[in-house]
Amino acid sequence: MRPLQIVIDGFAISSLYAMGAIGFTLIFGVSGVLNLSHGAIMVVAAVVAWAAAGSFGAGPYLGALAGVVAGFVTALATYFIVVRPIQTSRAIPREEKEIFVLTGTLLWGIMLQEAVAHFFTSNPKTVLPLIAGVIDIAGERTSINKLVTAAISLAAIGLLWLLVNRTRRGKVLLAASINPRGLTLLGFELSGVYLQVWAIYGVLAGIAGVLLGAFLGVSSDNVGQLTASAFSIVVLGGLGSVTGSLAAAYVVGYLETLTAYLIAPSIRTVPVLLLLVLVVYVRPQGLLGRR
Amino acid sequence: MIQDRATLLAAAAMALSLAAPASQAAEPIKIVVIAEASAIAGVAIPNAAKLAADEINKAGGVDGRMIEIVDYDDHNSAADGVRAFQRAASQDKAHFVIASYVSEVVLALEPWAARLKLPMITPGAASNDISMRVHDEYEKNKYTFHGYLTSTAIADSVCDGAKDLLVKGLKVKTAVVMSEDAAWTIPLDAQYLECLPKIGIKVIDHIRLSPDTTDFTPIFNKIEGQKPDIMITGISHVGVQPTVQWANQQVPLAMFGVSSQATSSTFWKDTNGATEGVVFQAAAAPDVAVTAKTIPYSQAYQARYGISSAYCGYTTYDEVYMIAAAVKRAGSTDPDKLVEAMEKTDYVGTIGRIAFYGKDEKFTHAIKTGPGFVTGLMLQWQKGRQVTVWPTEVANAKMTFPSFVKVSN
Repeated sequence: MRPLQIVIDGFAISSLYAMGAIGFTLIFGVSGVLNLSHGAIMVVAAVVAWAAAGSFGAGPYLGALAGVVAGFVTALATYFIVVRPIQTSRAIPREEKEIFVLTGTLLWGIMLQEAVAHFFTSNPKTVLPLIAGVIDIAGERTSINKLVTAAISLAAIGLLWLLVNRTRRGKVLLAASINPRGLTLLGFELSGVYLQVWAIYGVLAGIAGVLLGAFLGVSSDNVGQLTASAFSIVVLGGLGSVTGSLAAAYVVGYLETLTAYLIAPSIRTVPVLLLLVLVVYVRPQGLLGRR
Repeated sequence: MIQDRATLLAAAAMALSLAAPASQAAEPIKIVVIAEASAIAGVAIPNAAKLAADEINKAGGVDGRMIEIVDYDDHNSAADGVRAFQRAASQDKAHFVIASYVSEVVLALEPWAARLKLPMITPGAASNDISMRVHDEYEKNKYTFHGYLTSTAIADSVCDGAKDLLVKGLKVKTAVVMSEDAAWTIPLDAQYLECLPKIGIKVIDHIRLSPDTTDFTPIFNKIEGQKPDIMITGISHVGVQPTVQWANQQVPLAMFGVSSQATSSTFWKDTNGATEGVVFQAAAAPDVAVTAKTIPYSQAYQARYGISSAYCGYTTYDEVYMIAAAVKRAGSTDPDKLVEAMEKTDYVGTIGRIAFYGKDEKFTHAIKTGPGFVTGLMLQWQKGRQVTVWPTEVANAKMTFPSFVKVSN
């Protein structure tokens, strides 16, 4: 049990967690939607990548691409079929819309989950790794796929950061998260902004799903757990804070890995849940939250 | 008014048409099947039951009575399973229930079988408690039959295989036992820890992992650090993930033991071939003539459903035949008479000669194992196929491992 093992494994899993949580936090930050179908969208992406690469013979790269496209399409479907009709409905009182969106996305997630189980069974699937094999890092045998997972996650997060902070389009997103009313007064159409953020979210969730499928494997039974995992990371980091979510993802990833290595793999998630309870008590806005 | 009369007439006609066949033909034998329909292994239970029922019906049924299969999806949940069981008794008026491959579900159904006096058999759950409860409170729990190997019998089967393949063949001396934390693995692990040292394999460590585990890296690293010669597995709820991560990370230790998901023919595809070299225990295999019935069954299943049968399909298929024979022997579907007739079962099925232990034996109503009865096989995934590597007399391949695995020291 060498420290380097813990560093490498913790880094890979944390980066994947960050990738999984960042889209979830982005969509909440910008449009105020808690998307409880998040886990299902990731699973759809992973399962489509698996099916495309294996059953349809597309190979790992085209398969991964098909998975990301599936994540993108499913995210947009979520927006158009579930979220937008609730947001624009006149029958639902304004103050109840959040709870309707919450319930709607939860049910949509269950529908997606059952659809995946129906068409592809609930047996876990694994996506072909982009690069197979292992390399030696200072005496630690590490699968290349693990490093690829971390690298792609960090690259995607980096691109998102550039988009938000360095482009005009991104700044509009940022503005929408801070003061949507002010943005509309400046003549921006909020629905257009929301559509953009759902599109970005779809790509992020698709990549996260495919990476997850290649790194750990997924089953339709994981849907709830994946949403809950993203949710706890986001609550820990501060709802809507992208930086907070990133920090929280690494805290969660390393805490889990340390627990698994140093205490017991069977109680891997317990310390994280305790920490979550503690944070909610002591600092309800999360590590870097602003509300 | 006219409309009312028309409705009444229609209703009467419908009632007549529903009632008519029952009075003409003999009452069917109703078997309710409860299993997890979205899992490959789970769906093999209703599939195999329908296959057997159709064959029996085509041959004229049981004394003219047809077998009717009603199936319910329990979504792998004990609560759904119990609801289905109650419905089987109250609504379907079932005569027998074939239920689940998950010990937790079967253990939840057992008291209901007793309360509702509805005979039940499980084609795939392993926990010793299922049959030990029948032994401990026979009069109450005699309605439950344990139609699969107990965990203890499974562990013994693995040890018998390990003795020939690992100790004699590869000079293996040490092992780490890796099992998931579930009802069926408690007696499995206990027996592993007892029988492995007896055949000359020292158990260095015993790891129980949560069935929710997704990242197996720390577990594999820990096991590797202890430098055993081999890993002895006891996994069923998990399977794809540890197998894929084992191959991706090139863990240099062979996996040998129980891996229920590996018995399914889709496991190769689900793991993208990562299962190459995994050795696992099973009661029957698609291309091994355990008895004269094994291959015809597996071919019929493959032809009808397009995939090969999972382990609990073989047992389910046998069980429908055993139930039919018991009904014939009892000359009725009265539950107590049926239990009595079922206890007299001595039937050669797809997995071997099947008979049940008696009420004075430790595992009452579990299937007898050992020479002359069900012995089990050790299979291995090789190049996309499940081949049999043990027992030697039926083996059709030699055990080999991927290049990253280092076995004998």
